Amino acid sequence: MANKLISEMGLPKSIGHIFAARNIITAKDALSLTEFELMELLDVSLTQVTLAVALISEIASPPYQTVQSLLEQRMQNEYLTGHLPTHLKGLDAALSGGIPFGALTELVGPAGIGKTQFCLKISVLATLPSCYGGLDGHVIYIDVESKFSSRRLIEIGLNSFPEIFHLEGMAKEMAGRITVLRPGSLSEFTESLQKIKVSLLQNQVKLLVVDSMAALVSGEYEQGPPRQHPLGWHISFIKSLAEFSRIPVVMTNQVRSRSATEISNYSFQGERRDDCGNFDSHLVAALGIHWAHAVTIRLVLESRSGKRFIKVAKSPMSPPLSFPFKITSSGILLLNDDGIEMRGPQINAIDHQGHSDIILS
Amino acid sequence: MEVLKSPLSASQKGKLISAGYTSINLLSSVSPSHLALELKISEAEALEILKTVSDGSRSESTSTSCTIVKGAQSAWDMLQEEETLVRITTSSSDFDNILGGGISCKEVTEIGGVPGIGKTQLGIQLAVNVQIPFDYGGLGGKAIYIDTEGSFMVERALQIAEACGDDMAEYSRLYRKGFHSHEVKIQPKDFLENIFYFRVCSYTEQIALINYLDKFITDHKDVKVVIIDSITFHFRQDFDDMALRTRLLGGMALKLMKLARKFGVAVVVLNQVTTKYSDGSFHLALALGDSWSHASTNRIILHWNGNERYAYIDKSPSLRSASAPYSVTGKGIRDSPSNNKRIKNM
Repeated sequence: MANKLISEMGLPKSIGHIFAARNIITAKDALSLTEFELMELLDVSLTQVTLAVALISEIASPPYQTVQSLLEQRMQNEYLTGHLPTHLKGLDAALSGGIPFGALTELVGPAGIGKTQFCLKISVLATLPSCYGGLDGHVIYIDVESKFSSRRLIEIGLNSFPEIFHLEGMAKEMAGRITVLRPGSLSEFTESLQKIKVSLLQNQVKLLVVDSMAALVSGEYEQGPPRQHPLGWHISFIKSLAEFSRIPVVMTNQVRSRSATEISNYSFQGERRDDCGNFDSHLVAALGIHWAHAVTIRLVLESRSGKRFIKVAKSPMSPPLSFPFKITSSGILLLNDDGIEMRGPQINAIDHQGHSDIILS
Repeated sequence: MEVLKSPLSASQKGKLISAGYTSINLLSSVSPSHLALELKISEAEALEILKTVSDGSRSESTSTSCTIVKGAQSAWDMLQEEETLVRITTSSSDFDNILGGGISCKEVTEIGGVPGIGKTQLGIQLAVNVQIPFDYGGLGGKAIYIDTEGSFMVERALQIAEACGDDMAEYSRLYRKGFHSHEVKIQPKDFLENIFYFRVCSYTEQIALINYLDKFITDHKDVKVVIIDSITFHFRQDFDDMALRTRLLGGMALKLMKLARKFGVAVVVLNQVTTKYSDGSFHLALALGDSWSHASTNRIILHWNGNERYAYIDKSPSLRSASAPYSVTGKGIRDSPSNNKRIKNM
């Protein structure tokens, strides 16, 4: 609505022409100026400007809905009340049904912990026919790190849903629904996002996976906080994609070691000893705090004393729970469906104790 | 008053001044036709000028009769008003305590914190709590929720509304036995019906909507809280011109304050955090820079302190700097379970 034309807003003719003459064409042009700047520029009186701005604002404002009508709409139109179940019972319960539609869900963790495995598993789930608890749709998988493996995908399918994948031609049908894109640089990624926008609506796409977001900007990002985030545009674009096509979006994020100057305190808290020191963890998510504000759900995958854990680190619905898991031939499996509730700095810490043992075994 | 400062267009001002009318008093006895002749403009336009000018000067002269400056209030009147000021509870008594009873109406309150600390949760909680009826010590108002990030979760709003309805039923069962026993419990549906949800997708829409709120609240008089979640999002992406950003944010802040005062609504602005370099190290600080930090009346920072979530009053003209623990539960914002009496005064 920002680009709505002023000439089509039904302003009084006289003032409408003045706007056009001064090359103020859209609502965005007009609202980026203060009322006094407009007075100067258009050479009209204050009352006229205020009236015009009020009218432009009214038309450019988005419409409202009551939350009740929003809720009813979702209940009616959406299968599974807008969640893609992960088939991990404990996690699904915590997220009230699974990965939500219309929001960003992020997986963070050290290399080899199982982020890609998780992505492959949910890709299979999204393609399954709805009678098996899937979304019966297509998947777009943006594979930045070249880690996507079709063989592994089919293996996961065969082992977790043998009754479907053993049917003649079904493996082909299911795997055929997953489109893999491999952008090599940030600009290629930007391009593919724009292409996706169109096909999302046409092709019954029910899931978007980006593995990983961090690989796109690693290197250029780490030196000090830049004024503008290199992914600023992408963040808002992907968020709007998710929302307007009402699909779940899953993205992965890498980890990096915390640099010495980084302090996670406010200045009023004073120089305190770092809380996370106790946890023997010096890892932080590779994409910084700006990115973390944008995701709705953050799942941290980590290893503690030789065990893998998946925890809900940020979620509007769920308490911070942590579940132990293992990786099997059928993908990720929870060892225990009752999560352990985390407290304080534990919630956001990314542990990698005994991580190498897991990877080697 | 000088002509230069009158709300006329630039060219009209120019014509008046070049004809010798530098002060508005000089125009008081001029007839429209005379002025039209002198300025070489149409009579209709001259009449328009005289009207605008006399409107301005009249308001100035009448004002002297009651107070020294028009639109001003004496400090005593303000105190009276402050004492009747209503507040919206946060559902955590410790949090309410440091706020002097809750989020105050007529003021702009900014709340910031790291991702996952519970900003959106607090926003939804306030949108529900504002609807608690008068009988239960609430405001019985409605809420406007402006979502710029797409982080509003309908299911979560439902949970919080249900919990709030349950708490009220509990309250009336305990304290008003037999009194209002026939009273019907407020359904979560009614709560959700009274939250007006706007989804804003660009900064232009955000500015437009804030301009339009004036009219919207005039039409919906019972709106008592406006929540913007978050003010930051669109201003942190796609912005090259930092001077323009500061100007737009400044304009928006003024409009929000005006809105808060004019309609007596609480304006709650959620903000993100960023890292800020000072004194040789990085600290967390609320986003949008130093000039924005003047924009809100009260500023609250939500942060982790050991294992607990704390709210800290960073800036307020009337409250002392203090912090209090709170927790986020399935029911929404509540008191921290482990301690009830540990409010620190700094």
